[in-house]
Amino acid sequence: MIRQIEGSLAVAEAVALCRPEVICAYPISPQTHIVEGLGAMVKGGTLTPCEFLNVESEFAAMSVAIGSSAAGARTYTATASQGLLFMVEAVYNASGLGLPIVMTLANRAIGAPINIWNDHSDSMSQRDCGWIQLFAESNQEALDLHIQAFRLAEEMSMPVMVCMDGFILTHAYEQVDMPTQAQVDAFLPPYEPRQVLDPADPVSIGAMVGPEAFMEVRYIAHAKQTMALDRIPQIAAEFAQVFGREAGGLVRGYRLEDADTAVVALGSVVGTLEEVIDARRAAGEKIGLLSIRSYRPFPLAAVRAALAGVKHFVVLEKSFSVGLGGVVALDVRKAMSGMAAVGHTVIAGLGGRPITQASLQRMLDDVMADRLQPLTFLDLNWEIVNRQLAREASMRRSGPIAENLLRDIGQKPAPEAKP
Amino acid sequence: MTQNIKFYQTGTFTVGNRLLDPEHRAVQASIQRDNSLTSGHRACQGCGEALGARYAVDAAMRATDGQLIAANATGCLEVFSTPYPETSWKLPWLHSLFGNAAAVGSGIAAALAVKARKAGLERSAVRVIAQGGDGGTTDIGFGCLSGMFERNDDVLYICYDNEGYMNTGVQRSSATPPGARTATTVPLGPNPGEEFGRGKNLPLIAMAHEIPYVATATVADLRDLEAKVEHAMSLHGARYLQILVPCPLGWGAASCDTIRLARLARETGLFPVFEAKGGEITAVTKIRHQQPVENYLRLQKRFAHLFGDKGRPDIVARIQAMADKNIRRFGLLEAAE
Repeated sequence: MIRQIEGSLAVAEAVALCRPEVICAYPISPQTHIVEGLGAMVKGGTLTPCEFLNVESEFAAMSVAIGSSAAGARTYTATASQGLLFMVEAVYNASGLGLPIVMTLANRAIGAPINIWNDHSDSMSQRDCGWIQLFAESNQEALDLHIQAFRLAEEMSMPVMVCMDGFILTHAYEQVDMPTQAQVDAFLPPYEPRQVLDPADPVSIGAMVGPEAFMEVRYIAHAKQTMALDRIPQIAAEFAQVFGREAGGLVRGYRLEDADTAVVALGSVVGTLEEVIDARRAAGEKIGLLSIRSYRPFPLAAVRAALAGVKHFVVLEKSFSVGLGGVVALDVRKAMSGMAAVGHTVIAGLGGRPITQASLQRMLDDVMADRLQPLTFLDLNWEIVNRQLAREASMRRSGPIAENLLRDIGQKPAPEAKP
Repeated sequence: MTQNIKFYQTGTFTVGNRLLDPEHRAVQASIQRDNSLTSGHRACQGCGEALGARYAVDAAMRATDGQLIAANATGCLEVFSTPYPETSWKLPWLHSLFGNAAAVGSGIAAALAVKARKAGLERSAVRVIAQGGDGGTTDIGFGCLSGMFERNDDVLYICYDNEGYMNTGVQRSSATPPGARTATTVPLGPNPGEEFGRGKNLPLIAMAHEIPYVATATVADLRDLEAKVEHAMSLHGARYLQILVPCPLGWGAASCDTIRLARLARETGLFPVFEAKGGEITAVTKIRHQQPVENYLRLQKRFAHLFGDKGRPDIVARIQAMADKNIRRFGLLEAAE
């Protein structure tokens, strides 16, 4: 049924259609509306039987999820940003134990400085945690990916994070096609755990493993993620058959057929980029777009195949490895190793800075003119950066950085970003 | 250091009790006991925690007819019971992390509650315990434990209190008593060992949550310990049991003195043994033969700096004052009633 609803509510309803048995919730913006929606459904009796636990921290949320999943219940939680970082120890534990928990990550920046707006720093901080990470381009895809996520998680006995851009998606009212319960039931079978705490067949889970087998346990996690590279497109294809629309998969190319230049991105910025690509295509440029939908496992072969014909590729990412540069760019460059194409990294949209079509056009003009730096920060305000660097060079007690920058901005309007 | 062992134990709270009527006998006195924490594990000789866990879990197994799942915090109990590729646990057992055993227990209980409702039952026949040492309970696991308490989740949490981080090499926890030497409270300076005025009393904190049942026990009174576990399992909601489990390694005590030390902790008044329901104390185990704290402290090398030529009788007196305060506060002497 076509509905005009908030992204968070769309996800909450999709999760409810998956018949979760235990949901644990701790409030953090911008994921709160999702668990609020689910809590209301449990309290109102429309989602039953389901246990909804209001816990005291994200660390507890993931710990409750570990217990309930190990006891055989389909388990869901959601978090963002600082919340993800607060639960990190349990995030690694859930994947190490092979528990198929599904978690929404409403992508948000990580402080300090504290910032509630969208970027991908939180996801990328957990790049190596052993969870499958799927990225949604739109609210429809966020909704659809959750249904696929339970299927994928339970088949692989691995946890899955569905990443959707905070506020940009979670708080946007968009048209979505909400599936029926019968459709979801046809696609998602009841949870059959691989391991379960059962007095009739007692097992010890989480025993200490020393050097004898630790590497093998870690390798099996890698082997399963490698298998997921096959299962993710298969599940997306089955999803398309049942629901009649495309969602998920490893990557999605847009106008890449004869492209000389490709932009690689993930999440909601893909929508903006499509319009930019259309405009430049209309002007005669051979340019295309690659959306990465499965970030972990990273689809090296699919990325390489999709970009096989390009001469330039630009990885546009909302994440940043301080002291190095791009995060996603590293993986894309690995996929492209040995190819002649020239790669660029563009860091954009940190802490919710809008990524506008005008900025993207300027950046792509630079690519076409062969003057884009290998590492570029889109719309960086160099004036306040340089003023602070000069301040630190000239005095010892230069004060708190963020507050200095805010004061500089307040004293003088920020200049237009340099072309 | 040897002790006189009395062989006539009928009517006492001590071990044995095959002389009692069958219905009063300990779980461990029966060949039907589950041996949930079975032999072959790697605990030290005289380990109070291994003893306490065996009695507590077997008692919970008997009370639930074997329908029991355990969540376990990181620590000695986890390490010595599950060295790869072996396990000593004969019940379904999950170790997740150091600081989350209570929350993992909550999750298991939530899963069981849903499964029961799907089966048309009011509540699950399968019950949950969560367990950890004092570090995993009073320090790093405190947030999750308090959350489990305030939600009144259907979990019995058992804290095996050996008053320090023994698995990592005897460091101070918030359950380490004043004056005690640990690797992070060395016996140097004007206030050797753990400082006075620090630490927390978790049974009282648990009571402040007004949960259905809070109790303390020691491995000196194993029948009392079993009875408290069995009573706890007859109730629903959040329950807390703190068991004093002497650690020969961390306390610097002889392995043969584990039970003796546990008894002295109670008989000095340093470790009050009581039960509370809904936040109010309902029963107190009286001191039978009151002992000065010195008799307890002298058996432990962690207090050795308080005695001898350069001893600190002033600190011993302060510890005695703590015991006296407990005796008054909890009414531990018959005469105090």
